[in-house]
Amino acid sequence: MSLDRKIAYIDLSTGDIQTKAIPLEVRRKFLGGRGLDAYLLYNHTTQGCDPIGPDNALMVSGGFLCATCASATSRTHVMAKSPLTGLLGSANMGGFFSPEMAWAGFHHLVIKGKAEHPVYIYIHNGEIEIRDARDLWGLSVTEAQWAIRDKLGDQEVKSMVCGPAGENLVRYANVMTGIKNAGGRTGMGCVMGSKNLKAVAVRGTMDIPIAHPKEALEFNKRFIDQIVSAKVNQTQGTLGTPFIWGATNSWGGIRTRNFQYNQCEYADDIEPERLDEIATETMGPYHMTGCFGCQVHCRAQYKIPDGPYAGRYDEGPEYTSQGAFCGETDTPRATTLLTANHLVDQYGVDNLEIGSLISWAMELYELGIITSKDTDGVDLRFGNDEAVIEMIDRICQRKGWLADALADGGVAASKKIGKDSFSYLIQVKGMSNLHSDERATPALALNIATSSRGSDHLRSRPAIDLYHLPEPVMRRIYSSPVPYDGPLSSEHTEYIGKAWQVFWHENCYMAVDCLGICKYHTTFLGATLPNFEDWAKVIYYNTGLEFTPQEIWGVAERCNNLERLFNLREGLTKDDPEKGDVLNHRYHDEPARRGALDVIGRVIEKDKFIKMRSELYEHKGWNEDGLPTPETLKRLGIDAEPSHLV
Amino acid sequence: MAKALYIDYQKCTGCRLCELVCSVFHDGISNPARSRIRVIKWEAEGLYIPMSCQQCQDAPCMNVCPVKAIYMDHDLERIVVDYDKCIGCRSCVAVCPFGAMNFNVYDRKVFKCDFCDGEPQCVRFCDEKAVDYVEVDDVSILKKRNAALRVSRAGKEASTLMAQI
Repeated sequence: MSLDRKIAYIDLSTGDIQTKAIPLEVRRKFLGGRGLDAYLLYNHTTQGCDPIGPDNALMVSGGFLCATCASATSRTHVMAKSPLTGLLGSANMGGFFSPEMAWAGFHHLVIKGKAEHPVYIYIHNGEIEIRDARDLWGLSVTEAQWAIRDKLGDQEVKSMVCGPAGENLVRYANVMTGIKNAGGRTGMGCVMGSKNLKAVAVRGTMDIPIAHPKEALEFNKRFIDQIVSAKVNQTQGTLGTPFIWGATNSWGGIRTRNFQYNQCEYADDIEPERLDEIATETMGPYHMTGCFGCQVHCRAQYKIPDGPYAGRYDEGPEYTSQGAFCGETDTPRATTLLTANHLVDQYGVDNLEIGSLISWAMELYELGIITSKDTDGVDLRFGNDEAVIEMIDRICQRKGWLADALADGGVAASKKIGKDSFSYLIQVKGMSNLHSDERATPALALNIATSSRGSDHLRSRPAIDLYHLPEPVMRRIYSSPVPYDGPLSSEHTEYIGKAWQVFWHENCYMAVDCLGICKYHTTFLGATLPNFEDWAKVIYYNTGLEFTPQEIWGVAERCNNLERLFNLREGLTKDDPEKGDVLNHRYHDEPARRGALDVIGRVIEKDKFIKMRSELYEHKGWNEDGLPTPETLKRLGIDAEPSHLV
Repeated sequence: MAKALYIDYQKCTGCRLCELVCSVFHDGISNPARSRIRVIKWEAEGLYIPMSCQQCQDAPCMNVCPVKAIYMDHDLERIVVDYDKCIGCRSCVAVCPFGAMNFNVYDRKVFKCDFCDGEPQCVRFCDEKAVDYVEVDDVSILKKRNAALRVSRAGKEASTLMAQI
């Protein structure tokens, strides 16, 4: 069964490879995926290690249910100390990589050291080899994957690669698999590049027995029926994540011109329906594609209709690309969006981070903090489509002073640029915010301020807060699997009860990341989708292990605290503007200018925000300074870390 | 009337859930190498084609079998392997023009699509109906309808183009 999958320790400096079984005790405490990765990271790195040095450890994993008969367990998780933030680095991607790795015999890899020259790791039915990749160095994301298949003579090989951005140590380079499955945020591709590791290639035909196959099949079917019956997933399966753009932009939730506005005007050309038209024209009526075992199929296929890259095939674009290359930079044109999306996929770089930093540089250019001398002549005006495309190329190749500075991330670049450039940088813990504007949604603002990997919408975003659900419905969701009788508010502009919602979603998302399930299959965008109760059954049918919903919640709490311990060890303090649980001052000082009536004029009120943050700390069992109390750590059984169980 | 698998590859999203449920249903094991249906992909072009047994009328696997272990089951209009007779020579694997006859290295047996005895799981789980289970004589009328739609669309596009000249 999936419990037989092993963990491999690979040292690229010495070539030493060790494999170990994962003890049941460790599975019960951390399940797998992101949770177990957090444990391994805490245990296999030392305080203050250089993120791009050989001592940093790169964890690659599939979730606990990876490659079982549970629904949509395609997620691959990658973790290391982040070269962008110096804190927790974590990336999660869909596709077909981790199931193949499970069929090849492994659920977890711990990669340390640094190879003398470019190499790739080939894992095949229980065997692991380190192979020469000098001829692959410099290849784009897809070129590298197809070259590996040709070298191995096997078109079924799945690879996780870093692109040229990772090789050039762009601090927010992605790990990538397939056409566009991106392990984005926090620069895990940069860690691969720093280790001279071009790719991990996997191919497996080993059995994963299912404990109760009939029940597992029937439950999977029930899951699918539940998931595809949700309107939100039907829309997602037709228009992909761009559908969120249309809704969010209309009420005024899209950062525009860095942080000057909260709605992108004249954006008809990138509306989801327009993108759907382009996909239909270039790829035919059936152009949606999905990850392993998933019936939501939220990605479109497209060919770039015109411009310098006309005719190139890619997948997406996602909501994040729309914000990064259209909203923030105020260039809402389909050709720009689709071209930029293709470029970041090929370079293997975080779309969100690179777009955010370009828009930040545009604002600095507008303010005269940087000039055309700094930009090497690039006319970095808002609304200049060519400049966006040009800067993506330059940053990924580190070409020119400004691009080189931006490739090191916002905080480092602000130190090079100087003046008060930092105050315009929309970031948390050194990582740029999503293009969404959270001034009208305190719950979402609290989420990005306190997320463990820097500003992030996938760690604890209570997205359903925007649906104004009736209070009894909210209470049903939020008082299970652990009781909650505190306040809850259906109003998204409120501060009351939001801390609990953030806490609940944080544990919910940690649990899905441990299990390796996609967030579109839980209470993320859809209020009626499965969570803890259902997972207890799925785990039992697939692995035979009995977990109560409360135990899964406990695992999530434990792993979230481990991530906090790592961040604290690496220097997080709660009010540090570069590493703390705080928002850019503009959230508090600049009222929203556009959007719906209840959005215009909104700021995040600082005193209420601080109170909400303290409430969240309390729910988590942390003290006023955001440190887990000894009682909390003891309750969760992580009071003696590092404990080196595996 | 017997039914057949009707695969409309254009609808396939490439998720491979059919492979997973096929292997779990038949063997209680998750392993695409045990699946009777496989999605063959050209990712660089976004092309995914599910491949399974065609249940041929004059089946090469049936004809080549030296011990006559393969026969046509007319109730379900499917080609079946009789494991009591099969000697595991794999001649059927060698001659199948579609690669639909497989060999399982764990149980050391050949295996192929059996329509799950009348309720194909790949069809049941495919929400897109890229794989469907329809009356044999309906396959071509469905294809005709789709082709007719394309012809009609092409005609309309052509007249629009003509109008623009």
